[in-house]
Amino acid sequence: MTQTHVSTIVNGDAVEFLCETDETLLDVLRDRLTLTGSKEGCGSGDCGACSILLDNRLVCSCLVLGVEAQDREIETIEGMASGDELHPLQRKFIEHAALQCGICTPGFLIAAKALLAQNPDPTETEVRYWLAGNLCRCTGYDKIITAVIDAAAEMRGNV
Amino acid sequence: MGTHEPAFDVVGTRPLRPDGVEKVTGSAKFGADLTAPGMLVGKILRSSHAHARIRSIDTSKAEALPGVKAVITCKNFDKAKISPAKQNILCNIMAQEKALYDGHAVAAVAAISNQIARKALRLIEVDYEVLAHVTDVEEAMRPSAPVIQDDMFTVGVTPQPTQASNIAKRSEFGHGDVEKGFSQADVIIERQFKTAATHQGYIEPHACLANVTQDGQGELWCCTQGHFMVREVCAELIGMDISKLRVTASEIGGGFGGKTTVFIEPVALVLSREAGRPVKIVMSRDEVFRASGPTSSTSMRVKIGAKNDGIFTACEAELKYQGGAFADSPVQLGAMSAFACYNLENVKTVGYDVATNRPKNVAYRAPGAPMAAYAVESVVAEIADRLGIDQLELRLKNAAREGTKSSYGPVFKRMGLVETLQAAKVHDHYSAPLGPNQGRGVASGFWFNFGGQTCVSLNINVDGTIAIAVGTPDIGGSRASMCLMAAEELGIAYDNVRTIIADTSSLGYNDVTDGSRATFASGLAIINAARDAKAKLCARAAKTWDIPAEAVIWENGCAKPAGANAGNFAPLSLAEIAANAEKTGGPIAGHFEVNAGGAGVSFATHIVDAEVDRETGFVKILRYTVAQDAGKAVHPSYVEGQFQGGAVQGIGWAINEEYIYGEDGKLQNPGFLDYRIPVASDLPMIDTVIVEVPNPGHPYGVRGVGETSIVPPLAAISNAVSAAAGVRLTELPMSPPRVLKALEDSPDR
Amino acid sequence: MRFEAPTSVDAAIKLLEGEPGVVRILAGGTDVLVQLRYGQVEPDLMVDIKRIAAMRSIDEEDGGYRIGAAVSGIEIGAHAGLRKLWPGVVEAMELIGSTQIQGRATLVGNLCNASPAADSVPAMVAAEATCRIFGPNGHRDIPVHNLASAPGETTLGRAELVGSIYLPSRRPNSGDAYLRFIPRTEMDIAVVGTGVSLEMDLDGVCKNARVALGAVAARVLLVDEAASALIGSRVDAAALENLSHAAAAACSPIDDKRGTKEFRTKITGVLVRRTAQIALQRSQE
Ligand SMILES: Cc1cc2nc3c(=O)[nH]c(=O)nc-3n(C[C@H](O)[C@H](O)[C@H](O)COP(=O)(O)OP(=O)(O)OC[C@H]3O[C@@H](n4cnc5c(N)ncnc54)[C@H](O)[C@@H]3O)c2cc1C
Ligand code: FES
Ligand code: FES
Repeated sequence: MTQTHVSTIVNGDAVEFLCETDETLLDVLRDRLTLTGSKEGCGSGDCGACSILLDNRLVCSCLVLGVEAQDREIETIEGMASGDELHPLQRKFIEHAALQCGICTPGFLIAAKALLAQNPDPTETEVRYWLAGNLCRCTGYDKIITAVIDAAAEMRGNV
Repeated sequence: MGTHEPAFDVVGTRPLRPDGVEKVTGSAKFGADLTAPGMLVGKILRSSHAHARIRSIDTSKAEALPGVKAVITCKNFDKAKISPAKQNILCNIMAQEKALYDGHAVAAVAAISNQIARKALRLIEVDYEVLAHVTDVEEAMRPSAPVIQDDMFTVGVTPQPTQASNIAKRSEFGHGDVEKGFSQADVIIERQFKTAATHQGYIEPHACLANVTQDGQGELWCCTQGHFMVREVCAELIGMDISKLRVTASEIGGGFGGKTTVFIEPVALVLSREAGRPVKIVMSRDEVFRASGPTSSTSMRVKIGAKNDGIFTACEAELKYQGGAFADSPVQLGAMSAFACYNLENVKTVGYDVATNRPKNVAYRAPGAPMAAYAVESVVAEIADRLGIDQLELRLKNAAREGTKSSYGPVFKRMGLVETLQAAKVHDHYSAPLGPNQGRGVASGFWFNFGGQTCVSLNINVDGTIAIAVGTPDIGGSRASMCLMAAEELGIAYDNVRTIIADTSSLGYNDVTDGSRATFASGLAIINAARDAKAKLCARAAKTWDIPAEAVIWENGCAKPAGANAGNFAPLSLAEIAANAEKTGGPIAGHFEVNAGGAGVSFATHIVDAEVDRETGFVKILRYTVAQDAGKAVHPSYVEGQFQGGAVQGIGWAINEEYIYGEDGKLQNPGFLDYRIPVASDLPMIDTVIVEVPNPGHPYGVRGVGETSIVPPLAAISNAVSAAAGVRLTELPMSPPRVLKALEDSPDR
Repeated sequence: MRFEAPTSVDAAIKLLEGEPGVVRILAGGTDVLVQLRYGQVEPDLMVDIKRIAAMRSIDEEDGGYRIGAAVSGIEIGAHAGLRKLWPGVVEAMELIGSTQIQGRATLVGNLCNASPAADSVPAMVAAEATCRIFGPNGHRDIPVHNLASAPGETTLGRAELVGSIYLPSRRPNSGDAYLRFIPRTEMDIAVVGTGVSLEMDLDGVCKNARVALGAVAARVLLVDEAASALIGSRVDAAALENLSHAAAAACSPIDDKRGTKEFRTKITGVLVRRTAQIALQRSQE
């Protein structure tokens, strides 16, 4: 079995790894780069727990091959806070109790960040449809939606 | 414990949860997130037959594959040494003579990589003799049905049959004379209902990491609702002393009852023992659906008689629950809870627990109650319509109250059903206008709640902060509630308290986190442990002041002389006493061990508006309100979260979720694409009203809140859809094809 | 499995030609990776086409647009010209999966996966889209409708791949639309999908129509009888009723976990009417 060598950028750092050609990027992140913040809820694109940004675009890392990461830029949940300062979305999720068990949280945060990057003032319906690929079984989504809308307001500067 | 309603300083506020940062930054460690040096990958081979005799298993080719370090089957477990109570668990985690459902584990491997483990599974040769199977509850009850367990002789009927069948048990509850009651009724409605099996649907698949060393000591890391249960069950299944196995509960990505048993844990331990290396097993999503957790599918009949003024004269239910291959259905709880909302003279419920070729049933949030409530509250809604009485008014007329003899026996203590009905009635949702093809439904629901065996320790650190160890995994923010109760009792700041979930070697036994017990029972234990610590703190102050311990009291976080006679000393804060502990007798800690009773029943009333597309049968939920008695909401945000989460799981159950089996007995939808749990765009905001009728069995009045919220939704939604459609629906889920069919079959179309 | 990411079409064809075993082309991977995971396919060679610049763009051509095979749903949705010209096709593409799926999924992947329930295909068939196929002997164009031959099977030959989709220019007073029926609001596979494209004359009479149905047969259907129900009419209630009947009559669906024959047939009749109404409205804008 010969593995493939891949160079990429993860959360701003140049990273190299070896992987099997049929290994998913999610497995590479979790098992080879020890970035276990991205979760596997399904492995088939249905739950969004593995959401990451690939070249600034929201994708399911379980539907990307590790070898595809060559020369790309990846952002995972581990790169969301800057130093000891949480991203406003992270803060709002805690404040609004938008997580219960928390397994879905990294995926929601990454997806919500992608939303606010292209739509700083989304309506409730827009938030709900944008996040439809992120499953949460604990919260009923209510507090997640509230947290995203509140974070958006704060980020626009009208608190 | 008094029933006074105390005023609180921090209980009832909404501080940030202590584990929040870990969870929003991705550093929290869940079941699949731990690794160990030299770790192997464990994988399980599962039957693709619904029912088959296993003639033989040839593992030689798999064993010969380079990189494979262990291959195990049922032969690696010593069935003869395992107690009768755990035989079914053993048979479920590793098939013995027969594979009993599609997805049943038959063998397992440990290998150095995923790829090799997968390949090894394909090299295991199982010789099956395929047997006739049955997955439907009514069919399984027929005398002609294939018998799944040769030694299943129905319990609860006299004389007990001598012929094996799939009916494991008949149970009956109630009081009075229902025949007499029906003869007094002005109106009687009787209906037949069906519900499909549903899965808890937690987003985190089961995962564990096991390590058994050559000296026979074992360590296990896993996502579970009860690591002490995991330890005891695993120790017995693999023949190990309890003291030799240490289990640590990881963060848990949802459970809802589904993580109250073991599946992969004993398998990983045995693989590790055989291979002499750590073994990690993580279920795939299709394994989760095929081999873990679902709750029952049901077939139910409910009959209610009422006077013209709405008073119920008799209530009767016959519940048939399909309980999977080992008949573990929660039908008994269904039968007990079915009519618990009502004050009845004549009531009778009969339940049948039935085996089928489906996965072993595991608890799912208020196990057994949502289905029974669905049938009962549907008929109640019809009675109200028939008699022209307002839905909430009819329920208020018949509502159980403090002092009511419940339909399952005990007399109710202080409880809040009436208060939830009143809260619903005055909520503006209840009187808001509806548009065309829209309907409103309401339903009430009940859950028992449990206490159980609990043990906590509360350590006072030298800097005056508090370290609490509990044994109930935190599924939804319970650490925050624990900290709040300790802070309240000690009179210190919330931020000075930290709660951890201790492993099984660090704390005494704790029952699993189920029955909505974490905040109730661990909370109760923490309050008492804090009281224990306070007594010790006072004693230390007394020692410092050289006065009798009885002359010291605790107030606002400080020890003080009880009065002028006791002496004139400046109060000593907790931090001051802690700093001086070394000199006054060493470390200070509070402990409490209890088998907690008095959990306090819980009730909820839900209101829902739904719209039906008459051409396609599509149902949209427009508005949803939950009113529930929490006793005392320790952290209101997380109480609301439980209300909302339960309501939405109920929405899924009511509208789209179902286990679909083919003719071949195989599960056809073992993934989130076709097992359709609600997504964000399906839903409205879920409004909540927290009703607080204190529980006399808890020092702060707390009642469990986790489960009741899933009891009313099925009925409330069915009532709303039936109102919108103009025809009574009697089968779940109300997926578009079923709704469309009901519309077409309705007489006034 | 060998993994290659060529940067030109020629290089891709050479790789395909040189591999005797099982080959899979990787576009967005939202079908391929799921199939890999479930062991439904074990390729010897995987060819990623996303690094082929020629396949990454949307270009204007003869009043229409050529969409490269590696263009994702999000890029299609963001293209104002395309959205204006063929809103039905763009909407159909945007219905596929979640935001995450949109970031990866391609039109061509949806087409080449050859699922009868593929959302974009009925819309493309109604729009008379063609696809350009490259192979060892150069390229050829075929109607999108002729690409899938059976569930999971295409008419592509050995070492051939689809390079782009062409959506033609549109005549005045015409409009297209696509609707699907799913049990939830998102994240489901179509139980039924209906694409309608129609052209009206200045008197408000339908001159041309194309009606395509998804998930009701082994492949996407182009139903002439349904089109005939509209052509020559004012697309009024009576014509829509005829359209419903004609579309329903053309269905030969299967019973499966996603819907019964009976349900699929009924829904087709309802949905096709609603779709035609939207297309009509667009023809008047
Ligand atoms: C969660 C989820 C939800 C989904 N929802 C929907 C939905 O709502 N509607 C829907 O229609 N589909 C849906 N899909 C399926 C899938 O996303 C679509 O079919 C998508 O358009 C496929 O595009 P892709 O680029 O990802 O294809 P890929 O997976 O890359 O390829 C698909 C197939 O086409 C072949 N192929 C790709 N490009 C070429 C080419 N240039 N030439 C020849 N062959 C090629 C591949 O070899 C493969 O067989 C869903 C999938 C997931 C995981
Ligand atoms: S794990 Fe990738 S979407 Fe579920
Ligand atoms: S918080 Fe548990 S799944 Fe979302």
